[in-house]
Amino acid sequence: MTTDSAPTPPSTPTPPPTPASRVRSAAPSAPAAPGGSARSLARARRRHSAARFWREYRTHRAGLFGLAVLVLIALAAVFAPLLVGSDAQSVTDAPGKPMESPSAAYPLGTDQFGRDLLGLLVWGARISLSVGLLAAVLSVAIGTLVGITAGHFKGWYATVIMRITDWFLVMPTLVLAIALAAVMSGTIWTIILAIGVTTWPTTARLVRAQTLAVESRPYIERAQALGGGHGHIMARHVLPNVMPLVLAQTTLVISGAILTEATLAFLGLGDPTNVSWGGLLQDAREAGAVSAGHWWYLAPPGLAIAIVALAFTLCGRAVESVLNPRLGATR
Amino acid sequence: MTADSNPALLDTEGPPGPGATATRGRPGRPSARGPRARNTRAYLLYVAGKLGGAIVSLFAVLVTSFFLFRLIPGDPVKQMTGGKRVSAEQLAAMRKEFGLDKPVMTQFWDYTGKVLSGDFGTSYQFHAPVMEKITEALPATLLLTGTAYVLYTLLGIWLGTRTAWRNGRLGDRLNTGLALTLYSVPSFWLGLLLIITFAVGIGPIPGMFPTGGLESGGETGFAYVVDVAHHMVLPVITLVAVGYAQTLLVMRSSLLDEMGGDYLTTARAKGLRDDLVRRRHAVPNALLPTVTLMFVNLGTVVAGAILVETVFSWPGLGGLFYQALSVPDLPLVQGLFFVFSVAVILMNTLADVIYPLLDPRVGR
Repeated sequence: MTTDSAPTPPSTPTPPPTPASRVRSAAPSAPAAPGGSARSLARARRRHSAARFWREYRTHRAGLFGLAVLVLIALAAVFAPLLVGSDAQSVTDAPGKPMESPSAAYPLGTDQFGRDLLGLLVWGARISLSVGLLAAVLSVAIGTLVGITAGHFKGWYATVIMRITDWFLVMPTLVLAIALAAVMSGTIWTIILAIGVTTWPTTARLVRAQTLAVESRPYIERAQALGGGHGHIMARHVLPNVMPLVLAQTTLVISGAILTEATLAFLGLGDPTNVSWGGLLQDAREAGAVSAGHWWYLAPPGLAIAIVALAFTLCGRAVESVLNPRLGATR
Repeated sequence: MTADSNPALLDTEGPPGPGATATRGRPGRPSARGPRARNTRAYLLYVAGKLGGAIVSLFAVLVTSFFLFRLIPGDPVKQMTGGKRVSAEQLAAMRKEFGLDKPVMTQFWDYTGKVLSGDFGTSYQFHAPVMEKITEALPATLLLTGTAYVLYTLLGIWLGTRTAWRNGRLGDRLNTGLALTLYSVPSFWLGLLLIITFAVGIGPIPGMFPTGGLESGGETGFAYVVDVAHHMVLPVITLVAVGYAQTLLVMRSSLLDEMGGDYLTTARAKGLRDDLVRRRHAVPNALLPTVTLMFVNLGTVVAGAILVETVFSWPGLGGLFYQALSVPDLPLVQGLFFVFSVAVILMNTLADVIYPLLDPRVGR
């Protein structure tokens, strides 16, 4: 459960002015609109609301701070080969002696194979960030799909699907993720799958509630009267309206996913061929860094995990309170 | 209606909270004010529904723990032998021994029957019944996580109340920031750092606490109690530090919601002191969402400390789960998975059942 980082989910975020969908579905009936004008109108409106979002977001100092930290770390991860060299992970031609203390050559010391820990830390950012992002995207995608369909189709389908959601919701997430990762072989993809499959229910519940709210509005009835099918209504009318909520939820899920990834790697369920921050902590423990008092081996990876998770949480809370001013007090 | 239905939460003088006004404001709901008998029957129906849901969930857990561990990894016998060279006859004999030669559904019903009678099979690793290992480890887990649970719940409520009441001041921002930071910290990492700092000792800090385990051995009577408490200090600090943030945030935001309430203005107009207004009027109403969270957390008391127990070599269920995973000892993993899930489901159901008694607006 530790991964659920949104104690106060936004109950009913005020959706932004209905974007493209309304304009576009109105287009056929618009008298002789010059080609593409509906689309460009929609684009302008979208640009406008993005600009307004950014203006509001800028007023949240914590959110800006989180964003800046994330951009820095993402840049470091992307340019890891340039920053620390592409052979930082190589065990065979490690540059230093095993378990060196921090020095000018190795600012964070070396591990038990003599690899530069700073280099490993930068490389680890790649795995931790990409697993966190992909797992969160998978989780939110499943949650959105389930939530929208459960809100749109009523009757037995919704009952069954919400029953399944409830069941996933009460399962201890971490235990289920560990069990899944344990029975599948340890690659990055199984970790992503294990996290994604276990964390979607919160999103599904949020999205379903929002879908029900959206579908009770008159313009949905109008779209139905004009002959819009299920797919059209869900994709063109409901989805754009739940998107802001989904965006806020994604940033909150990411920090949980990064923590879970580190946990799984620490338990030895990660991908052994790639260095990640959780994996570094496991290495440190196995190499006896704890009893030897080598805090410089242990502290940086955990600090990195905490900083990234905190940064995503700060961004998520800022996004949430921009989209839902009622929660402004939680800033 | 508030004072007599939730004596645990409210002071002796039940404040006229928003609960009262909300119910009064909605005329179309007779059950909330109707005869007591009808209330009781509605409540019993509600409880029956929740219990039914819990039974469905328990069955689903049973299905998962059976199929997840038996069908996904491929051939369990090959898993058990761990890639060693085994003859076809030996494999067949092992299949027969574990009942794996029967049809899957027969296996499933066998398994269900065994689990219901408390038999989770035999651990590969310890050559002992899984149930025995679990009952052995349970007290240690309950001692550790139970202590931590009480501490972080109280700390969370206390700090959450304080920060919300002084919303926006420096203390509020520092407290919330610290809680969010600790919430983002991996618990096992914090545990390792505490071990290095306070058990192994770095620089001028001497090793003050034992590095792990539950006891040093050889102590009896009061000395034993002190010894166990000494061993508990670091793991409990770790669990509390990582755990109190959630309670704090929920308490803070629900108290912030209450703070605009007219009934608080009324209370102040009556001339009550500020902390009386807070203690008797605002906090009891704001506690309700926190109570839900408390129950949800209570379910994870059994399962919540896998990592902290591992790091501190605590002889509890979490540490056992880690040992079982590293083999992997499938019957033990399966048994623990079942126990952890059941604990969470039971606590969630308990929360659902108790909640309407605390807040009459729910579930009627």
